[in-house]
Amino acid sequence: MKYLLQRLAFYAVTAWAAITINFVIPRLMPGDPVQALINRFQGQLSTKAIDSLYTLFGLDDERSLWQQYLDYWGNLLRGDLGTSFAFFPTGVGDIIAESLPWTLALMGVTTLISFVLGTGIGIYAGWRRGSWLDGLLPVTTFISSIPYFWLGLLAISVFAVQWRVFPASGGHDASVVPGMTWGFISSALYHALLPAITIVISAVAGWILGMRNMMVSVSSEDYVLVAQAKGLSERRVMFSYAARNAILPNISNFALSLGFIVGGTLLVEMVFSYPGIGYRLFQAVGAKDYPMMQGVFLIITLAVLAANLLADLAYMALDPRTRREA
Amino acid sequence: MAQPTDEAIATAEPATAEPAPAPARRDRTRFLRNPKTLTGLVILAGFVLIAIIGPWIAPHDPSARGPELLQPPSWQHLFGTTQTGQDIFSQILVGARGVLVVGFTAALIAGVLSVIVGVTAGYLGGLGDDLLSSVSNIFLVIPGLPLIIIIASFLPDTGDLAIAAIIGLTGWAWGARVLRAQTLSLRNRDYVQAAKATGESTPRIIVFELLPNLTAVIASGFIGTVIFAVLANVTLAFIGVADISDWNWGTVLFWAQSNQALAQGAWWWFVPAGLCIALLGTALALINFGIDEFINPRLRSPGKEDRAVRMRIGFTPVVRRDYPRDAAPAAAAPPAGPDAPDRPDAPDRPDGAEAPDAPEARGGTAPAGAADRPGTAGTDTGKESHR
Repeated sequence: MKYLLQRLAFYAVTAWAAITINFVIPRLMPGDPVQALINRFQGQLSTKAIDSLYTLFGLDDERSLWQQYLDYWGNLLRGDLGTSFAFFPTGVGDIIAESLPWTLALMGVTTLISFVLGTGIGIYAGWRRGSWLDGLLPVTTFISSIPYFWLGLLAISVFAVQWRVFPASGGHDASVVPGMTWGFISSALYHALLPAITIVISAVAGWILGMRNMMVSVSSEDYVLVAQAKGLSERRVMFSYAARNAILPNISNFALSLGFIVGGTLLVEMVFSYPGIGYRLFQAVGAKDYPMMQGVFLIITLAVLAANLLADLAYMALDPRTRREA
Repeated sequence: MAQPTDEAIATAEPATAEPAPAPARRDRTRFLRNPKTLTGLVILAGFVLIAIIGPWIAPHDPSARGPELLQPPSWQHLFGTTQTGQDIFSQILVGARGVLVVGFTAALIAGVLSVIVGVTAGYLGGLGDDLLSSVSNIFLVIPGLPLIIIIASFLPDTGDLAIAAIIGLTGWAWGARVLRAQTLSLRNRDYVQAAKATGESTPRIIVFELLPNLTAVIASGFIGTVIFAVLANVTLAFIGVADISDWNWGTVLFWAQSNQALAQGAWWWFVPAGLCIALLGTALALINFGIDEFINPRLRSPGKEDRAVRMRIGFTPVVRRDYPRDAAPAAAAPPAGPDAPDRPDAPDRPDGAEAPDAPEARGGTAPAGAADRPGTAGTDTGKESHR
């Protein structure tokens, strides 16, 4: 219990830090960014947008920094993330709420698949160290060095342009109305397949390497030797003795590298114009839509924190020592 | 993705990186003889060479427009041309410099920060440690790439050095964490205690006693950060946040994407840049594997002298010389309590230095002590990885 409370406190502090960073970044930037933006848009911005810009950058002099900070928190707690420039009257929160399910579905499923697949292959490759499976290592190294988005470009050019097996962009057919209908779901799945395969291929390599190295370390422990000396079946020794102990660091690594995975997934969405949060971020960067960018960053960070908390709970369930310390 | 691996090893083996002076020299040549390391170093050297002389050997001006539009690779244009007739081969050659400069500058900044934070936290302990490790954990959990994108898009100037600074200032947390774990396991060693007892000052102990023994970990963290920085830099250029007037591989991809190279089937426009990134990343990762194996002998693939041990089905593939090292202390001394910071006598012995083949001794006495080992050995791991 104490362990859980400690973790909760840590995540609370981290969330506060992320929100504060988000508040501080625009205020630290040199020059008058608002004037630069107004010039850039050449009169296309309404006075309301300009006002909100000045508030965003903290350039309205009437308020103290502290007052601005309190206002910022007040808006956040009311769920108000500001107004998007690019889609002007629409609130950032609404746009994010619309794109979030796409990202969550794509990222959740692919992360789960690549974790299970990579850990499984890693267990086997680590156990059979020195066999032909070691030949996989250079291949996985190479794959894990490829940027996600480039693999996405390659996948599009081969499977969407060359062979036209999969659609090159979008989340569903333009002719289908989103809803809980079979037509929409099958169309969404069809569109998600190529991005999903791209993410799994890029992400699985890292898990294989990590798990393999842990397996190699663990399988030379004495308790594995004892298990074998007792005459237990190889399967049992491999899974119940070696893998069971080797997987724990892999789970805490999983939590820690989530941020990295999220970054990669965002890029895949950008390449495939997949209607998730990453594509929104991409559009926002192109349009200099600052409130949108900040909103996306905040939501991503909070989601990663939540996922980390889940990983911690899983760790607690798997590792009795964290419970004993309480 | 090389970083999770380092982390796993550093946390699992908190005590292995302490080569005694004499065998260390022998081990160092072993590091260079490792085919993985050698391959990685050779490829990296190739890219560094291109980065230095690239702009001079480029056959064309990378920005100059030519009459041959969107041509596939030929002898005239090795990697083909863009929609405006620019030579892609020259763009790649010229772009290598920006990628490497940003990668290494960012890693240098991050490396210095991680050493300062990690070693200080690990050595001082107490409140300072709690504070510093919370800060690095916070930076670890906040997703790096979105943060970098946000900061970079707010900056008015996004030249190479600005990008490198952003990546370096946000990407030090991995290294700090690993270094802290390693420092924790070093700080109670006899030689550090001895230095303390003779009245050496804390900065002196850190610089002259601790840092030399952390070299391998620092190097591995540095290379991991270079990989991350290269990817981040290329990504920033690709999505148009970084300054696209400088050529780098991400800029090439940016123009390819914005000119619909995919839909036009112009594979030569984006394939070479991606392959270069992947090749550079692989080379760096290979060097890192070499360092990992240097730190953690268990990961070494069986070399020539180890071939005598045949791997059999049903038997854990363990290199024979590993047995006495682990088994002897377990049999001689009772397992260390969960709070013992490290097992000083277990893995320190340099590989193969004084390890007579004594499997018989192991058979008789080790299992009794070994039965308790999973708990104790694992506790170190669990605590380290979850502080």
